[in-house]
Amino acid sequence: MSEAAAAGSPGRPSPRRLLGSVGNLASVPITLFGLVLVTFLIGRAVPIDPLIAVVGDHAPPDVIARTRVELGLDQPLYVQFWIYLQHLAAGDLGRSVMTQRPVTADIARFFPATLELATSAIILAIVVGVPLGVVAASREGSRFDHVVRVVVLAGQSIPVFVIGLVCLLVFYADLGIAPGTGQIDVIYEGMVPRCTGMLVIDAMLDGQWDAASDALAHLAMPALILAYFSLAYIARMTRAFMLDALGAEYVVTARAKGLSRTRVVWRHAFGNIAVPLVTVLALAYAGLLEGAVLTETVFSWPGLGQYLTVSLLNADMNAVLGATLVIGLVYVGLNLLADLAYRLLDPRTR
Amino acid sequence: MSATAWLLTETPASRRQAAWGQAYRRWLQFRRNKLAMAGLIAVLVLIVASLAASLLALQNPGAQTLADRNAPPSAAHWFGTDELGRDLFSRVLYGGRITLGMVVAVVALVAPVGLLVGTVAGYAGGIADRVLMRLTDIFLAFPRLILALAFVAALKPGITSAVIAIALTAWPPYARLARADTLTIRNADFVAAVRLTGASSARVVVRHIMPLCLPAVIVRATLDMSGIILTAAGLGFLGMGAQPPTPEWGTMIASSRDLILQAWWVPTIPGIAIFVASLAFNLLGDGLRDVLDPRQR
Amino acid sequence: MLRIRNLTVSFRTPTGISHAVREVSLSVGREKVGIVGESGSGKSLTARAALRLLPPGAILEAEELSFDGTDVLRARESDMRRIRGGRAGLILQDPKFSLNPVMTAGAQIAEAWRAHRGGTRRQAAHAAVDLLAQVRIRHPAHVADHYPHELSGGMGQRVMIAMMLAPGPDLLIADEPTSALDATVQADILRLIDDLVSRRSMGLVLISHDLPLVSHFCDRVLVMYAGRIVEELAARDLAHAKHPYTRALLTCLPSLTHDQPRLPVMQRDPAWAEA
Repeated sequence: MSEAAAAGSPGRPSPRRLLGSVGNLASVPITLFGLVLVTFLIGRAVPIDPLIAVVGDHAPPDVIARTRVELGLDQPLYVQFWIYLQHLAAGDLGRSVMTQRPVTADIARFFPATLELATSAIILAIVVGVPLGVVAASREGSRFDHVVRVVVLAGQSIPVFVIGLVCLLVFYADLGIAPGTGQIDVIYEGMVPRCTGMLVIDAMLDGQWDAASDALAHLAMPALILAYFSLAYIARMTRAFMLDALGAEYVVTARAKGLSRTRVVWRHAFGNIAVPLVTVLALAYAGLLEGAVLTETVFSWPGLGQYLTVSLLNADMNAVLGATLVIGLVYVGLNLLADLAYRLLDPRTR
Repeated sequence: MSATAWLLTETPASRRQAAWGQAYRRWLQFRRNKLAMAGLIAVLVLIVASLAASLLALQNPGAQTLADRNAPPSAAHWFGTDELGRDLFSRVLYGGRITLGMVVAVVALVAPVGLLVGTVAGYAGGIADRVLMRLTDIFLAFPRLILALAFVAALKPGITSAVIAIALTAWPPYARLARADTLTIRNADFVAAVRLTGASSARVVVRHIMPLCLPAVIVRATLDMSGIILTAAGLGFLGMGAQPPTPEWGTMIASSRDLILQAWWVPTIPGIAIFVASLAFNLLGDGLRDVLDPRQR
Repeated sequence: MLRIRNLTVSFRTPTGISHAVREVSLSVGREKVGIVGESGSGKSLTARAALRLLPPGAILEAEELSFDGTDVLRARESDMRRIRGGRAGLILQDPKFSLNPVMTAGAQIAEAWRAHRGGTRRQAAHAAVDLLAQVRIRHPAHVADHYPHELSGGMGQRVMIAMMLAPGPDLLIADEPTSALDATVQADILRLIDDLVSRRSMGLVLISHDLPLVSHFCDRVLVMYAGRIVEELAARDLAHAKHPYTRALLTCLPSLTHDQPRLPVMQRDPAWAEA
């Protein structure tokens, strides 16, 4: 996509300038390869002998020798990498030392909870954040704009886990209006048949309305907190894009045509930033994966983030790397989607 | 001629006068932004407090007085005491030193490397550009915290590993920024002129292109610092950063997390410290951006 | 139609208040008036002030600013919206930037048409194609479906003209309509504007930095310098201009007929900014 096509009005930078997207389509396989390579190298950089992790400290020497050959640890590094790639292609991420299950099974089990959290958060963030950004930009300098800027600033500066703890303190302990940690109350645990892995949906599908509402109540606080941080980012970018768009010549034309303010702001200015904004939204969703790690720890949410941190504390490298790889893949996928959406939706690139 | 007049003159007599004049004008513009000034002052206070921690801290941050655990703020302990009876105020001060040290270390590693990679890629073009940009993309493909976690897990959890891990994930945006600026600058006439006088590529890049990329990099670095503070605290909170008893703010929150109900100030005060530090850098960065590189978001 | 008396447009800068337009007075009827000046003379701002389309932060002051009896200075925003487009149209300089990149040409014209005349979307679409034909585009239906970046500069400017003529205004303000176009296309566009304006008995305000161009197409010429109108005369009397700035402009023009060993360079007299 040419730089000129992505350019804004004279003197204004292309919104593409700052989007660290994955680049054009041809580079995706290379990026994926690099991802896998980096993950593999991290795994081999562990000072703990992975052999010990598998057989334990007190295994006899012949077991050690045999396992070493089995795991391929006696081979040179590039051969090990090739074996690793073969395993990956077969969908084998190794076995978790902690749960003694294949890592892929673990991830399949825990990922939907993170998905549930992240998706609820992003929907809230978009629905509130985008209009906030648009209105703030159209009323630049007003009190409303200042409030939005404060909200954005706070969202960029507050650590998410601190807010999580404070919210638990205030809303759960002090005011008692929010349920505690975890995905659902103890009494409902195990009662909802697993279908999608997302408890609220599964409970609704099964007709267990009280379980569903309980799950929803548990989802509310972590989702709202994550949504706030995402919202801050989305509102900030929307506002920045809109300020650029509102200063463009075509907005003067639109006003000169005698169009209503609403139409000028939404149909003309917003219409022009909608496409780069989609890219921002994809990045925001990817960023939620990071926030989820911390939020899940605070709220004991049984998702991939918590799986990752628990594996870290147990030095379960297979699990850590497996989870890292999966998250990295999702990240790449989202960036790719954003890029594709940009190409498809912007009439200048068709 | 008064100093102000010399700085603000419309016809500077030397390059140095012009450079100083530009810096002064930028300072005047920055000063007008009240929030940015607040950020600057906060950052300066942070730096001074961290450097003078040993002077300001009235008590030993490691001294435990188990009889006096989880005491609320009082005259003896301005912020109260933590779960092992240690003075929270001193711990927060020393924690500031650690946080600031980590941030400075990361930026000192990341900005020069990113600048170098970006300018070389942008100026050289061709294969070098493609290879370097693919490398950048690979590191951009990971969410920062996750990759940092994986790195720290592979090495030993601790401040050094945390710094290296964060640095490894933080450098790509600088390379991209520098490359974007280089691509714009390298076609400029003055670059062609310098090359015509026989300057080597290295000289062109270092003496002419890099200085012009600096404003964007500085702005980005300052804004990044707030993010690095949050990431470092996050790592500490997850147990992957500084290890107890080191008074790093994130670590302090992790160890006192269960006290949120009985002694809420113990985990909350370090949290406020993180917030204030991050906010200060954000305000400073925003102000710098308005002055140095308004087109950046 | 358009009456301006002592219009001043100022901006607040860190070093004080800067007046971009100083006490400008003019009136335009159903005639062609040209405003000439260099960059920074305030000509564009004057035009935009007439429609209250100034950038945020601009301070507008005038003794009188009225359009066909309506007091523009104190009008409500809803009244301004009726004037803008409906009674007076504004053509901007560069269609690359003044046309909305994500709407088709036809959609933008239809939007202008519907905003002031009402009607269904289909009627508006038909009207748009019709207008494109009026601005002498050869395949109007085809062009209507295209996006601005797919059109050449000349075509884009024709779309702009069609868009501004759609609601049927009485006055057309053209702010440097040909400055971004190739020389060959410039003449075409100006002739088109001239033709359309004459046929519809509209008033025209043509803003440009090109003195001979303006004198060719307009009945009256106003010369602006540093925010003030320094001279006002009929186009045919241009050679007899009295103000030193206008005379300097005329002398600086290269001529095909008069031989000159050296092109004169204008010597600016600071007194011109005060007068």
